[in-house]
This record gives sequence, C-alpha cells and structure tokens, in this order.
Amino acid sequence: MSENIKQIRVALRNCGFINPESIDEYIAADGYEALGRVLTEKTPEEATKEIIDSGLRGRGGGGFPTGVKWDIARKVESDQKYVVCNADEGDPGAFMDRSILEGDPHSVIEAMAINGYCIGADKGLVYIRAEYPLAIERLKTALDQAREYGLLGEDIFGTGFNFDIEIRYGAGAFVCGEETALINSMEGHRGEPTFKPPFPAQSGYLGKPTNVNNVETFANIPVIFNKGAEWFASIGTEKSTGTKVFALAGKINNVGLIEVPMGTTLREVIFEIGGGIKDGKKFKSVQTGGPSGGCLTEKHLDTPIDFDNLLESGSMMGSGGMIVMDEDDCMVSVARFYLDFTVEESCGKCTPCRVGNKRLYELLDIISKGNGSNNDLDKLRNLGEVIIDTSLCGLGQTSPNPVLSTMDNFWDEYLAHVEDQRCPAGQCKDLIRYEVIEENCVGCTACARNCPVNCISGERKEIHHIDQSLCIKCGACFEKCRFNAISVS
Amino acid sequence: MSAIKIKLRENDLQQLKEVCSSFNNEAGELINVLHKAQSIFGYLPAEVQEVIAKELNVSVAKVYGVVTFYSFFTMVPRGRHPISICTGTACYVRGAEKVLDEFKRILKVPVGEATPDGKFSITGLRCVGACGLAPVVLVGDKTYGRVAPDGVKEILKEYEDK
Repeated sequence: MSENIKQIRVALRNCGFINPESIDEYIAADGYEALGRVLTEKTPEEATKEIIDSGLRGRGGGGFPTGVKWDIARKVESDQKYVVCNADEGDPGAFMDRSILEGDPHSVIEAMAINGYCIGADKGLVYIRAEYPLAIERLKTALDQAREYGLLGEDIFGTGFNFDIEIRYGAGAFVCGEETALINSMEGHRGEPTFKPPFPAQSGYLGKPTNVNNVETFANIPVIFNKGAEWFASIGTEKSTGTKVFALAGKINNVGLIEVPMGTTLREVIFEIGGGIKDGKKFKSVQTGGPSGGCLTEKHLDTPIDFDNLLESGSMMGSGGMIVMDEDDCMVSVARFYLDFTVEESCGKCTPCRVGNKRLYELLDIISKGNGSNNDLDKLRNLGEVIIDTSLCGLGQTSPNPVLSTMDNFWDEYLAHVEDQRCPAGQCKDLIRYEVIEENCVGCTACARNCPVNCISGERKEIHHIDQSLCIKCGACFEKCRFNAISVS
Repeated sequence: MSAIKIKLRENDLQQLKEVCSSFNNEAGELINVLHKAQSIFGYLPAEVQEVIAKELNVSVAKVYGVVTFYSFFTMVPRGRHPISICTGTACYVRGAEKVLDEFKRILKVPVGEATPDGKFSITGLRCVGACGLAPVVLVGDKTYGRVAPDGVKEILKEYEDK
C-alpha cells in the first residue's frame, strides 16, 4: 500500500506491520485489550450499544448496521447461540478478507469473542474458502495461540465467560456468501439459501440464533472499543461511517488493497491512489460490487463512495472489489462475462434466477455475436427487472445489475452491436477482423512468427496477408506488430 | 453418475472409513469428509460417495447432491499436473480468456478434462485473490502471474519430463 494521506488504516491497521504468527506482537499492538475491557467493564447491552453508536455497517456487501444485527441476536432467548465469521470471499476481484486473515488473524478472533459476549454465544465458527490455504493455516496458528494464552476457552479473563472457535471449509460456491446458504453449507448440505424471515438471528446454525458477520466487519470491532464509537463515527460520512477496504484491479497502474474513509470519490481512488489507467489509455468504467454490482462511468467519478450513493448510481458496495476498465473493454462482453458467472453459480433453487439468468446470458451472447435486434434489448431490460423483483436471495436480486447498469451507461455500445453489428471496443470476436495495413507493413515477419494458427503468410520484407478463414482472432499479430500495420475493424 | 467405474481396494476402503469415523460419522461433517476423501483419492468417484453415504448414514443422493453442488469437488480424475486458469474479473479484463484458449489449443482438451496420458487437466477457477498478478495460472500448487498467451508454451515446458 502506498503512503498516501487519503488512506487511513483501520481494518488493515496491523497487516504488514506485525507478524501474523505471533500473538505477542498482536498484544503489543493493543491486541485483546478491547476484549479484556468489554468483558470486565461492560454489560453485553452496553457493548452492543457501542457498536450501534459507531454506525458500523456490514462490510460484506449488504451494509446492514452491525450493532442492530447484534442487538437482535442478543435479545432472542435461547440455550445456545452461535457467532459465525463469513470468510467465504467468493466475489472475484476482491481479496481484502484473505489479506486480513493472513495478516492479522487475531483481530478477527478477538472480535468474534466480543460478539459472543454481546449476544450470549459461547461458540464461534469461521466459514472459510478452501482456496485460501495460507489464510487457513495462519488462522489455525492464531487459534492455538489464543487458546494457549487463555483468550479462548473457559473462564476468559477470569470473568466466567467461555468462548471457542472452530473452522469450517467452503467448497467453491459463490452463493454461500449469502448467510442462509452459508449456514446450510456449514451443516453439510448443499449451499442453498432459504427464505428470510426467520433471520439467522432468530433461527440459524442448527436452528439456533446465529450472528453472521464478514471478516472485514469483525476486523473493525476491536478498534471501535479501543478508540471509541465517537472516533469511528467521525471518519467517513454521516450514514456510512469508518473506512472501507477496496481491492483495486484491472487496467490500473497501482493494483492492490487500499483503505480509505467512506465518502472518498472514485476519482481520488482511481487517479490519485491508483495512479490512473495503465499504458496511458482512457478510463472507461469501474465495476464495483462484483457480480452483483454495476459499471460506473466518468460521470460518477466525483460521487463520494458510500453504501447509499453506490446503490443510487445503479451499483453497490459489495465486498469492495473495484475493477477498472479502459477503452479496449467492451461493455456487452463484460455484462456477458458476469452473467456467465451468475449462471454457473446460481444454486438452482428458484426459477427466476436459475432460468432467467440463463436467458439473459443467451440474449447477451446473441447480441455480442451481432445477431441481436432492438427487440432483444427490450427483452433484456424487462427480464432483468423481473429477475430482480422475483428472486429468492441476494444473488438473483442483484445478478442483472451488471446488465442494467451497462445498458444505462453504455447504451450506444449496445446499439452499435445490434444496429451496425459492430463492436466499438474491438473485443467481440465475431464482430471483428484483423487486417494488414499494406502501406505500413515492412515484412518483418513478427506477426507470422507469433500467429498460433499460422494463418499469416508472406516473405521477409514483403507485405503479409491474413487468411481470414483460419484466423481465430486472438490478437497476437496486433500486439506484436511494431509498425501499426495491423488494423482491427 | 460418473461413467468411470472403479473398484476400491481394501486399504482404500479402510482409510475412507477412518476418515468418516474421525468426524464421528456425523452427517453434518459431510463437506469436511469429502474434502479429506478428495485429498486422498484426487477425485470423488461414485464408489467413494457410496461408502461415505453408508458411513454417515445418509442417502447416496444426498452425497451426490453435495458433491455436484460445489465446484471444488470433482467426479473425474484430474491430471498429474492440474492446470487452473483464474477466470475472475481482474484476470478476465487482463486477458485470461486468451490464455485459457491457448492451453486448450495446445493440449487439445476442453475445460474440465485431462489429457489422454493423464498428465495435464484444465479447469477454470474463480479468483484466487491474487488479482495484482492477473492473469493468474496455477499448475498444481505453483502460481504463475501475469501470464500472456505466448508464455503458455514456456509453462508447459517446465513439466516436460515430470
């Protein structure tokens, strides 16, 4: 992370600064102080109120007020309750949860224990992707150390409070980020979501009241107690307090994680912190919120980023992935890419999501091949709206967002595909042709040598030709030519 | 179910039963059991699922339902060097599709299958969280970052004699 005054580290405060495999270093950085103070000085109700006052909202995507969620679980009477950490970071392009678990696992453990105390749970579970072996290993090490130090287990800090944490593994299903699906998966079932209500706070894991929060949300908790709810609420905007970690990726100069106060603008994030677009190309769009989010454009660059503004712009916060795209990216293919993802990840339980997304994908496929009509564009929009209105869970309720937002913001591009059978970005394979510009070709043979299907012919120092019947449109010739002698049309 | 029929050897069977009992033969531990079983056998053929169903006292259909639901579990054997191409968004905009096409073209197998000699298999993978290195390719446990289509041959060369 580059040093930048616009960045404030709250969730990532220890990442890269302390040895994640040493509990002593975490303790030296005020670790487990919040847990100690909460257990010895506050009632569960007071501690929960502190979180409500901080204004912290769930960092996993939904943005539900964390303290309110805790309070609901706290008030439900039950002999057994559970705390669950959602570490099933399935959103492609987001990796903040992995970083926190690999760089500062104790902060999550401490927060889960605080959560357990607040709602009256003595058992926590971390549901983590099997694709993150290092995070799993570090978390296991941290759990062993915390037990050894008596910070997990029985009678923590001599207060009579018991709490321990177990690890559960995901198995590669995006929908398991949805809390009811996650709970089903933890119980050993297919990860299919169920209707809410009942909410997990009423009936969750094994039918018991369960509070589910995301890794980044938990990482914020100890700081709120150490520095105070007021301090936390002073960062960010009125309705979205604190900071947010974003994963910058795509066609941007500085890729990686950043942490900025809520309310920072996209322009500051992309052009100041991110260092602008790669290779001096033109900024076209930034995709936020993963497969549930939308593509924002130039006109949104000065919008302050918070939960509500992003929703209003037709996208969402999601878990904080930000994929930057430049002029070479075709928005129809981007929408198709996301739908391909959704079709594969839809659990199949409800019809609008299972069938509707498939149809959306097919329509986009037809359009990107140049066979679409204006009627297909109407269908695309109508169907998208129906899927949003009628799907069972968050996956289906948001999956048409990439389509609808690109239609709103890049309508010309859709029209070009449909009316002129043209892909303005030159990305849709069926609509483009690579050709040699004869006056520029010097016969260096670079294109012919790099063509994977050997469809370019020509002698050294003579003009080359592309055999269109064999060309697979991989673009290798275009990339290798140093004389601007290959055109895409 | 899978067309591949195998006969479990006696010690495989024993090992599988031990895995189940290490989780107290609890139905709720099904996913953990499947993770262990796949790490032993490399994949989860029907025969393995049948044994697990019996040990955990659930129906074979339930086990099959779970195996086919999660992309991490596979019913076809992977190659000795499984190649996973990340097709997450960051890798996609940095050209992962072209890299995937190049692997398919050179190895002449579609996604999800292994080469006839069992050496390589290709799978698409959704985000390994290494988006800074996009596009990313994994061969076994080894990660290759910023892979271009013309770097594919180089990668495969490393495994020539293995």
